[in-house]
Amino acid sequence: MSKGKSNEPLIVVKGLQKAYRTPAGDFYALKGIDLEIWPGEFVALLGRSGAGKSTLINMLTGIDRPTAGEIWIGGQAIHRMSEGKLTRWRGREVGVVFQSFQLMPMLTCAQNVMLPMDFANRYGTPRRQYARARELLAAVDIAMHADKLPAAVSGGQRQRVAIARALANDPTFLAADEPTGNLDSRTAEAVFSVFQQLVAAGKTIFMATHDRDLAARVSRVLHIEDGLIVEDTRPASPAEGYELVAQMEA
Amino acid sequence: MWRKWRHNGAHRGVGVNGAAPLGLTSRAIIDLRDVVKVYATPAGPFTALKGINLTVDRGEFLAVVGKSGSGKSTLINMFTGIDHPTAGEVIVADTPIRHLDEGKMAEWRGRTMGIVFQFFQLLPTLTVVENVMIPMDLAGMYGLSERHDRAMYLLEQMGMADDANKFPAVLSTGQAQRAAIARALANDPPILVADEPTGNLDTRNAEIVFELFASLAAAGKTIVMVTHDDELAQRVPRTVTIADGLIVDEVRR
Ligand SMILES: Nc1ncnc2c1ncn2[C@@H]1O[C@H](COP(=O)(O)OP(=O)(O)OP(=O)(O)O)[C@@H](O)[C@H]1O
Ligand SMILES: Nc1ncnc2c1ncn2[C@@H]1O[C@H](COP(=O)(O)OP(=O)(O)OP(=O)(O)O)[C@@H](O)[C@H]1O
Ligand SMILES: [Mg+2]
Ligand SMILES: [Mg+2]
Repeated sequence: MSKGKSNEPLIVVKGLQKAYRTPAGDFYALKGIDLEIWPGEFVALLGRSGAGKSTLINMLTGIDRPTAGEIWIGGQAIHRMSEGKLTRWRGREVGVVFQSFQLMPMLTCAQNVMLPMDFANRYGTPRRQYARARELLAAVDIAMHADKLPAAVSGGQRQRVAIARALANDPTFLAADEPTGNLDSRTAEAVFSVFQQLVAAGKTIFMATHDRDLAARVSRVLHIEDGLIVEDTRPASPAEGYELVAQMEA
Repeated sequence: MWRKWRHNGAHRGVGVNGAAPLGLTSRAIIDLRDVVKVYATPAGPFTALKGINLTVDRGEFLAVVGKSGSGKSTLINMFTGIDHPTAGEVIVADTPIRHLDEGKMAEWRGRTMGIVFQFFQLLPTLTVVENVMIPMDLAGMYGLSERHDRAMYLLEQMGMADDANKFPAVLSTGQAQRAAIARALANDPPILVADEPTGNLDTRNAEIVFELFASLAAAGKTIVMVTHDDELAQRVPRTVTIADGLIVDEVRR
């Protein structure tokens, strides 16, 4: 991914389809997605419940495999990568915030954030990793809960641990699935400004959200419906963004 | 397990031992007096609720708001009987909650209130429609043949009829949230408690849920809804704001 130049898209998706096997037959959650995402873009993905947002994020992060089509990220064919290679690639280059957090219940919040550093052999000794974990937790205002287990913190606090963990290895590409779904507006704003700083530092963010206020303020808005991208716009201003988002959801 | 529930449910009596009949004695259906909750943590005790006094009248629609970590879910756990206060008194539907043992609690709760948890808690081994039927089976509410129809009716209201026979693992998050709401309504409970019921829903589905809550409140149900959606909170007749374990503001509209 480090090879990607900014005159080339970071992510290229071609004819992407995803069918889930169900007793009633194959269910196509993605029906043919074509998409290019450029380095430094902050993309919001909007769409109704069940439209295919999480499925698309799972494809872009190699969490799940496409049924058909291609996904290229930083010149690498994600759709063809072996599991082992995918895991290493994701660990180094990608941060993922899952909609349901997926924290390890037996590890403390800080240890959950240290885990990706450990896997990728980054940030030195456990002491330094712990210090970095605390910094990331502080950025989302939960350093004081660093040594608690996930079960002993609130829903929004868990969500923020998941965000800190996604940032553990300073990823080039951050995929976040409803990262503010459990947050009050002020806390959501704090998370959003962390994301803005990452984008300012050249990172690329792909965020599924149903928060119109946030979606209106990113550089590009995609609208997914029934497994197809039906709109793709780059609002010139938050005001225009708000208009577009309101229309999309109408 | 499923079979066992079904069996028990069918033979369970209607009376709830130890609990006064609903809806008779006082106006307040939920009454919290000087409620304190202290969690034990490795770093020492952590006081999540610092003395809460709150009464909710029958038929009220109350929104609870406040920053992440302020104590909203902890507060709800106190009057749903999911957890116990460290100090103070909680009376719900004329029953002091501390007088109920765990066994009676489940049965009492099943009949008295529907709960939408912040993290849904659908049983993974049961289909969506079976999940919605659980509370009816547990409390022995509705005839055996009625239960499935009622579950389907509730799922339909949530736009979830097509997903009725799926397992929770294959649902999108918003679909799981809507299934959990249908389940909370299963026994047509006098009290509905919902922790961020629209947190994972798009605007349109959030609106459907809200309108349903509003119509239930209009029909006399008591509803307590935790939400971080300011727009929704402003449309609820009464809002309390929690900060650091205390009620710091209250608005009636
Ligand atoms: N089991 C527990 N042990 C220790 N501390 C806890 C426990 N559960 C919650 N807490 C702490 O108590 C405080 C209140 O938590 P609570 O879950 O009630 O917050 P909340 O208002 O529901 O937040 P959110 O909006 O993020 O869901 C938080 O600081 C949390 O870390
Ligand atoms: N493992 C699976 N097996 C079968 N169907 C699935 C599976 N996972 C998802 N689906 C279905 O695919 C569709 C898209 O799901 P997805 O989770 O991508 O939606 P979403 O846009 O993220 O929705 P939400 O906003 O509710 O999270 C839904 O109809 C869902 O029921
Ligand atoms: Mg989703
Ligand atoms: Mg909570």
